Amino acid sequence: MTTATYDHAPAHSGGGIGAWIFTTDHKRVGILYLIGSMAAFIVAGLMAIGIRIEQFAPGESGLIQYFVGDIGKRMTTGDAYNTALYFHGAAMILGFLIPGLTGFAANYLVPTMIGAKDVAFPRINALSVWLFYCGIILALLTFVIPDKPDVMWTGYPPYSIKTAGNTALYVFTVHLIGFSSILGAVNFITTIIYMRAPGMGWNQLNMFVWSILTGLTIQLIFVPVLAAAVTLLLLDKYVGTGFFDSARGGDPLLYENLFWFYSHPAVYVIFLPAMGLVYDIVATMAKKNIFNYKAAVYGGMCGLVVISGEVWVHHLYVAGMPNWLRIGMTMTTLMISLPVGLMVLSLWGTLYKGAITYNVAMMYAGLCFVLLLFGGLTGIPLAVASMTVHFARTSFVHAHFHFIMALFAAYAVFASVYFWFPAMTGRTADNAVSKLAFWLNVIGTQLTFWPLFIIGVDGMPRRYWDYSPEVVGAVRSENWTFYHHLSTYGAAITAAGIFLMIVGWVYSAFAGAHVGRNPWGSKSLEWTHASYPIGPGNFPEEVAVSADWTPYNYAK
Amino acid sequence: MHKWPKRLLLSSLALPLASLPAMAAEKIISPTHLWNEIWQEVFYDLLLIGIPFGLAAVYMMIRYRAKSPGQVGEAVNLSPAAAWGWILIPCALFLADDLLLFGKGWTLWNVQRVVPENSVEVKVTGHQWYFDFDYGKGVTDSELVVEVGKPVVLRMTSDDVIHSFGMTEYRLKEDLIPGRITYLWFYPDKPLVTEVDCMEFCGTGHSQMATKVKALPTAEYQAWLGKHKSASAGDLKFASQSDGAASK
Repeated sequence: MTTATYDHAPAHSGGGIGAWIFTTDHKRVGILYLIGSMAAFIVAGLMAIGIRIEQFAPGESGLIQYFVGDIGKRMTTGDAYNTALYFHGAAMILGFLIPGLTGFAANYLVPTMIGAKDVAFPRINALSVWLFYCGIILALLTFVIPDKPDVMWTGYPPYSIKTAGNTALYVFTVHLIGFSSILGAVNFITTIIYMRAPGMGWNQLNMFVWSILTGLTIQLIFVPVLAAAVTLLLLDKYVGTGFFDSARGGDPLLYENLFWFYSHPAVYVIFLPAMGLVYDIVATMAKKNIFNYKAAVYGGMCGLVVISGEVWVHHLYVAGMPNWLRIGMTMTTLMISLPVGLMVLSLWGTLYKGAITYNVAMMYAGLCFVLLLFGGLTGIPLAVASMTVHFARTSFVHAHFHFIMALFAAYAVFASVYFWFPAMTGRTADNAVSKLAFWLNVIGTQLTFWPLFIIGVDGMPRRYWDYSPEVVGAVRSENWTFYHHLSTYGAAITAAGIFLMIVGWVYSAFAGAHVGRNPWGSKSLEWTHASYPIGPGNFPEEVAVSADWTPYNYAK
Repeated sequence: MHKWPKRLLLSSLALPLASLPAMAAEKIISPTHLWNEIWQEVFYDLLLIGIPFGLAAVYMMIRYRAKSPGQVGEAVNLSPAAAWGWILIPCALFLADDLLLFGKGWTLWNVQRVVPENSVEVKVTGHQWYFDFDYGKGVTDSELVVEVGKPVVLRMTSDDVIHSFGMTEYRLKEDLIPGRITYLWFYPDKPLVTEVDCMEFCGTGHSQMATKVKALPTAEYQAWLGKHKSASAGDLKFASQSDGAASK
């Protein structure tokens, strides 16, 4: 077990900034991912505030230009708003959610959960975090260059080819972050297959380890499709080829298909690890084994990998795809309910007969139950092509994917930071301020997105900064103004909650209360066998597990 | 072009579901009203699933709080039969609900995508950032004007970037894609003036790209038609030439 050498050794001892940049330690790489993805999250969050201010009332606010770095206000409100939307979407998905889950959480937790000293390819791991930072820096150039990208995170041609905005910046950002995540996927899949502690069978893995294995399998299969699609887009715009430009004999619908062939599975690259984190936090805090583990792993997680590539047309329900394909993909999309349903039952069942203690991580995990339920249910009408004919491109869709992706996954990441904070620092971030921040987040996010569901059913178009009477009609304009007011107030409350949360983390990392080893009483290796806080090499001794060990074996 | 998918729909497994378009010859079923009806049913279906799961989560989160520090939960180990039961029964229920929703969705889909015979045809072209409408015989307008009681089919394309024809009040939309022709039909069963919005991101003026769809009683419709026929054959020629020229 623990030796004096490792106990209370600083988690990340030694070296200045150079030791951080050139680190190959998976824990430092994980922290770098956390810092980079939180930076992307903060800037994307500022864009969200700008968007909410612009939508507060019909007509121009006159403020959105400042949010995208156009201090001289040379851009029109429409262009500045489009740039804010582009950055918000691209940064949240490519800069925060995917790297936060498969970069930060996977790096910090996977090797320590499986009893490994590091990942399989530590130098490739360093390369992937460098590429990620290059991608973030490239994306941030949006605020400096005059011809800011304005192609949304989807980059649909022919608009992205015809626009005066800098589509190349979008393409190269996708390339860098995509390449980074391919390297990460190879690394973690290898690590999980070959570097488990002796004796650790497939049915003894933490749910989070399974979620990373399945999520990154999806990433490895589908990211190259996205990379190919945006590369062809680049050639169309700057070299003059005609893959997607109908004026040159191409077809814009080809790009939409390629894009969503990656980007729907990408939803599960986010959803699965977030689910894994929630499982691990809930099982630990309820001191309970996972309900029907094999059903959740092999039916739920592996099932989702299988079905992830067969449903992308539901993003194209009103995009002129053949009628028979749209109705066919309605059925495959509805069948997502089977693997997700198995996971939901297993997650719910994990509470059953538990002994739950509520720390702030468990409070966020509890919130994730609610977000998963609302986000999942509102996905059901969107699975049906003929229902989506009305809902497509309204704020109903916008609210749906914010619940299931943005909120569910983001709060799973935040819960994981609180939960593993002691393992990282030997201190706790669980205090009155973090609980206040939690309640601000609960109230703020519900107030932000429920109004968008309501006006979405009434047809509020997405990506509109203006909803004046002459555009949407007098009655709708007036009604929607009320709901947009509520939504903007909600965003302000959320922003306050997020601000408190981040300040709390930084404060706690340096001055939080010390807590003893394994404060949550977990059975998982990163708490029981690793040095505390987790130091170089992770484990003072070789770890081997017995056949009856599982990370959830609380009641003998 | 759109004939064979229609046959596929009609002749395939769910004949009872697909029988609705056959009735359309007698009475036109409005996709708008059917959407509203089915949304009501789907909404109740969501409540039916959501409320038990929501209540179960809240109940268990309160009921199973630890009574004392250090208390551990009771292990729930399922026998193989129980484990399979917890897979097969829920999956059967979810699949049954999926099939129910799919059936309802397919019924509506057949109404939405099978254009009634003798529909009035209007050509729609999207531009950054306006729509124009070609009614044939030299009649064009920047608004969609239709006659109450006559189904209308829109043959749509775009001459620059992707747009979408979002008829919010009619619960319908379909994209306008350069190089392709898409279609949409609707049934104006009562006099109504409402907005049509562009619903696919198309650049700077996206949130101002709107026009009206006016369903007029026959007398007013004829008056509008007469006015436009006499006014502007020259305008149409200009519009159609610029259609071809602008897509370079």
